[in-house]
Amino acid sequence: MRAFAYTRADTPRAAAQAAEATGTKFIAGGTNLLDLMKLDIEQPSRLVDVSRLNLRDVTDTPDGGLHVGALVTNTDLANHPRVKSDYAVLTRAIVAGASGQIRNKATTGGNLLQRARCPYFYDTNLPCNKRDPGTGCAALRGLSRTLAVIGTSDACIAQHPSDMAVALRVLDATVNTLKPDGTARTLTLDEFYRLPEDTPHLETTLEPGELITGVTLPPPVGGTHLYRKVRDRASYAFALVSVAAIVDGDRVRVAFGGVAPRPWRVPDAEDAYARARADGRADALIDRAFEGARPTEENAFKVPLLRRTLKAVLAQAGQEAQA
Amino acid sequence: MTQSPQAPSGADLPRLPVTLSVNGETHELTIDPRVTLLDTLREHLHLTGTKKGCDHGQCGACTVLLDGQRVLSCLTLAVMHDGQSVTTVEGLGTPDHLHPLQDAFVRHDGYQCGYCTPGQLCSSVGTLDEIARGVPSHVTADLDAVRFSAEELRERLSGNICRCAAYPNIIAAVTEVHAAGDGA
Repeated sequence: MRAFAYTRADTPRAAAQAAEATGTKFIAGGTNLLDLMKLDIEQPSRLVDVSRLNLRDVTDTPDGGLHVGALVTNTDLANHPRVKSDYAVLTRAIVAGASGQIRNKATTGGNLLQRARCPYFYDTNLPCNKRDPGTGCAALRGLSRTLAVIGTSDACIAQHPSDMAVALRVLDATVNTLKPDGTARTLTLDEFYRLPEDTPHLETTLEPGELITGVTLPPPVGGTHLYRKVRDRASYAFALVSVAAIVDGDRVRVAFGGVAPRPWRVPDAEDAYARARADGRADALIDRAFEGARPTEENAFKVPLLRRTLKAVLAQAGQEAQA
Repeated sequence: MTQSPQAPSGADLPRLPVTLSVNGETHELTIDPRVTLLDTLREHLHLTGTKKGCDHGQCGACTVLLDGQRVLSCLTLAVMHDGQSVTTVEGLGTPDHLHPLQDAFVRHDGYQCGYCTPGQLCSSVGTLDEIARGVPSHVTADLDAVRFSAEELRERLSGNICRCAAYPNIIAAVTEVHAAGDGA
């Protein structure tokens, strides 16, 4: 691992100021960043340890929602009584990801910032526009089976790996941040994540030093909360595709994972669902949500797989509503 | 990619103080900030029970208990844990006084080459505690009613890889300890 300077911040504002300089990274759980540093993919010259900041609480908001501190671990968030009762899709998504050991360490803020799992991003011998801008994308004509089918560009077809973020997207969660000058921002996930276009190394709209302080969940919406993840082995693997859904009669909210550079949700598709005949709803939703998809030959299976996964989720929701 | 110009070289890097309580004993160390908790345990404290497998968070061989929770010691820096307590396999039991899980692993042959065993043991201790606290898993049907089962164990121990595939014996050992109620 390359040498880096290490400092510990006492307040969120001090952390943001300490991280403003080029080459600086925050570290909290470290479960993704340290792996990437060992592989020489991430090369920070300074780490600002934010793990002891007072951002560990889950609190009720005045409007009946929930605020989750950026340092709440995945385990604690999944196990929070209000998350389990009012935002179960989030619990289900979190426990579908990683292993128990990692969930005990990984944080809410860090999970949003985890980097792509594209095999070419991980292999420093091969070109990758995300790792080394301007070198090209080896995945376009390479091993692309796991990669994205929509929201991609000619520069990058990597998919976002988070399960948690897919549930946050279906819940309309917002990301709360603090800039070095003390300004706070609130971003929807679509505002937070950039699509790759010709700058796939820029994955979020965070500015230099800007610190994620937490995530806010709006008041709960009724309905059946489900998360279904399809992967190559039964546990401890990233999604080939995943579906986060909140189903309430003829109304449905759906976000998709494993298929795009950010959690993929198309509100128009949910309207198409509501308008379609009962037996054609899943098809209407998938057709609209994946209009313009550009899969490769190797990952073209993901769209029909999503269609069947959504149908399975809707069937499960119907059974649970009857039970 | 090149290193940013302001990055310090290894030789210039200040070593930092860190105090760790490991298996009940306090250690005051001065270490390079790059050193992982795993390498601190093995190379600085000579506690070689904790194993380095993949060193990338994929195999679970380096699992230890940090303030009572199971974590991967390869994916965290020692300097981040000043004042915290770590339990390694050496702190679970001794050859004369085995931890109930160690005893059950021996009787059920929960290992073949044994390399994964320290991580499996620490992970099992953490798992039993998580089930007791009601932490749900991917296979939990009712999020408010976590129940012990072999299915729960298989899912929860999936971050610990055993290439000899002693899994059925590990499940038998942990199940027995859970039934006896002495896994903590």
